[in-house]
Amino acid sequence: MSQHDIEDEGLPPVPPTPAPPSRPETPTEAGRGILQEMLESSWLVTVLAIFSALVLGGILIAAADPEVQAAAVYLFAQPSDFFLAVWDSVFGAYSALFQGSVVNFSASSLEQALRPLTETMTVSVPLILAGLGLAVGFRAGLFNIGAQGQIILGGVFAAYIGFTFDLPPGLHLFLAVLGAALGGALWASIAGVLKARTGAHEVIVTIMLNNIAIYLVAYLLTTPAFQRPGSSNPISPPIPDSASYPLLLGEGYRLHLGFVLALLAAVGVWWLMERSTFGFRVRAVGENPHAARTAGMSVPWVTVWVMAIAGALAGLGGSAQVLGTEHVLTAGVAASFGFDAITVALLGRSRPLGTVLAGLLFGGLRAGGFAMQARTGTPIDIVLVVQSLIVLFIAAPPLVRRIYWLPTPGGPRRAERRRRSTTPATSAQEAGA
Amino acid sequence: MKRATQVTALAAVAALALAACGTPPEDDETTDGDGAAAANPDFSACMVSDAGGFDDQSFNQAGYEGLEQAKADLGIEVSEVESSADTDYAPNIDNLVQQGCSLVIGVGFLLEDPIQAAAEANTDTNFALIDSAFSDADFNPVELDNAKPILFNTAEAAFLAGYLAAGMTESGTVATFGGIQIPSVAIFMDGFVDGVAKYNEDNDADIKTLGWDKDAQTGTFTGDFDNQANGQNVTQGFIDQGADIIMPVAGPVGLGAAAAAEAGDAKIIWVDSDGFLTTDYGSIILTSVMKQIGPAVFDTVSEASEDNFTNEPYVGTLENEGVGLAPFHDFEDAVPAELADQLAQYQEQIIAGDLVVESDNTP
Repeated sequence: MSQHDIEDEGLPPVPPTPAPPSRPETPTEAGRGILQEMLESSWLVTVLAIFSALVLGGILIAAADPEVQAAAVYLFAQPSDFFLAVWDSVFGAYSALFQGSVVNFSASSLEQALRPLTETMTVSVPLILAGLGLAVGFRAGLFNIGAQGQIILGGVFAAYIGFTFDLPPGLHLFLAVLGAALGGALWASIAGVLKARTGAHEVIVTIMLNNIAIYLVAYLLTTPAFQRPGSSNPISPPIPDSASYPLLLGEGYRLHLGFVLALLAAVGVWWLMERSTFGFRVRAVGENPHAARTAGMSVPWVTVWVMAIAGALAGLGGSAQVLGTEHVLTAGVAASFGFDAITVALLGRSRPLGTVLAGLLFGGLRAGGFAMQARTGTPIDIVLVVQSLIVLFIAAPPLVRRIYWLPTPGGPRRAERRRRSTTPATSAQEAGA
Repeated sequence: MKRATQVTALAAVAALALAACGTPPEDDETTDGDGAAAANPDFSACMVSDAGGFDDQSFNQAGYEGLEQAKADLGIEVSEVESSADTDYAPNIDNLVQQGCSLVIGVGFLLEDPIQAAAEANTDTNFALIDSAFSDADFNPVELDNAKPILFNTAEAAFLAGYLAAGMTESGTVATFGGIQIPSVAIFMDGFVDGVAKYNEDNDADIKTLGWDKDAQTGTFTGDFDNQANGQNVTQGFIDQGADIIMPVAGPVGLGAAAAAEAGDAKIIWVDSDGFLTTDYGSIILTSVMKQIGPAVFDTVSEASEDNFTNEPYVGTLENEGVGLAPFHDFEDAVPAELADQLAQYQEQIIAGDLVVESDNTP
């Protein structure tokens, strides 16, 4: 398909790119036991990384618990107390985390019992949307750190359209969502254009744009146009129902249409990246911009468009906050979603399905973290530490393999791999989701 | 090998030492709460911080301390939940309600909407909100049956601080700045400016105030309540312009101001708590404008635990000692008796209602 597209446009063929070495092999390969296959799979490493992070997090939870600390003082006089305290502390915290993010066993009704799962889905919406945007950038080799600013700008546009105009329900929502995508896209395009025209590094530019966005929203909220009549608090008027995402499951839940939008966006990104000419260009630029340029592609053009799409997706993430859950614009409406989304995209290996799953995992950790803190008094910081540990382990697969004595992928078969990688690979499209 | 032996020996010694000093507590039901534990274990008071967290050395912390005191004195259950972002408020409040809290206290105006929504949805639970009242969809003030606003008229105390600063300045210039321009911050600055103006009027003086224009409601703000370096820079700027007494209204950012003041030979007026006691800069803190959030929380919890919860707003004033001027501590001898008497007189006048400190930001 790749070759085909290029020839269609009368461009010279792209030099074959070598397959990424860390990609798991297909299971049909000869001479490989299924266990070996599983052990080498990067998904196993991912699961083990999450498990390891939870174990380390458990140690921290126990260490931070005053009852465990008290029992540790007389550890040798009555060790049972210590171990009971540790068990209570860790089990209590993780059971609260689970019950706060999946099913609440102690709920009085079925609706309440299932509510945590919907909370996880709700919280994951901005993470998935912004994560998808970043994933597109990563595939193009653009390390976009600016999702935070793009979410904020999306939120500002969505909020302004939401509380200023008085329009019929469907149209109002549509315009507010469109505005959010546009706001994010414009903001990200600044970095895209600067990169394309001047070569300014996108990491620096997007970080600075984050700061500008944070202070811009703080400034806007001091202006009467963004404040409630008769109040000078930095908080916008509430968004009317006509511009809010409809609730999917009724009043008792916060889950809103934004979740469906996020899933559709994931499908859209998959199609764009794997099935469209544009996606092929993006991947080609990401793999090797020099080769792409040689092949006649306009790298600046791809850069600007990738940033605009990334920004539009992050802006939609902002709309999920403003039109979906918070219904107001405040300076902190983006929370730390823009930065968490970087982790989500990396954890999801920049693939749409992976990003959705990673977004749900992080949404669950966040939603469960509230319950963990409310029920057991475990500091919310522990949840952040667990998230960070997951990333740390994911980023260092050799460390995880070392801990669990897993074989190195392709270790004994290096010769075969080398032989494979020199054959003209069908590389790019098989690296799909 | 030698090393292994050493480690083993050390571990053994440590184990013996630990075993010798640690004794398990005896099973005693009344170990906590001085016998008050059984007073009201069914009542649970819960608190949600804003994104500043309970260690902000400012109003979150003051609220937390009030709740902890209620736990110790009233023998009630408490639960404190920190928010790390604006998006955490609604889920945190929701979790506390689900958990069966009798009273849920939100700290800060940012929690207005979530607290109000929760109060409307959960009529069996009582709520309280620090630093903000409630409003309906048309932005008119509204009363909720099960939610109590806790507000502070800090302008009254800040007026006295401004008067004191004007009387104590040697350079003829004083200054104030805020963290973010919100009513609960600006009200300090309004009172401060009025106090200076009153001194000028009484003494035909011309003390200048930098950092806040009360009529235009514009002034100097650092932009957040976290970045101490900004506080330091702003304060240095004021000192360079000749100010020698500065009142930072910015929570922990004030610590940066104090650092700059210490280096620049200026003095600080602290806010919220008595800075002489709560910071390391007691020697340069002239006084503090105290906003007694802790006691207000304690009183609210105490009433609610006795089944006397009311939705009537609590407004801290000089009269009910909800706000006040802290003692001068190290500056006790430096403040002229005349000035101190004048302050006492104004305090009485304010309490009596003969002198009204006006502010657009009055709750």
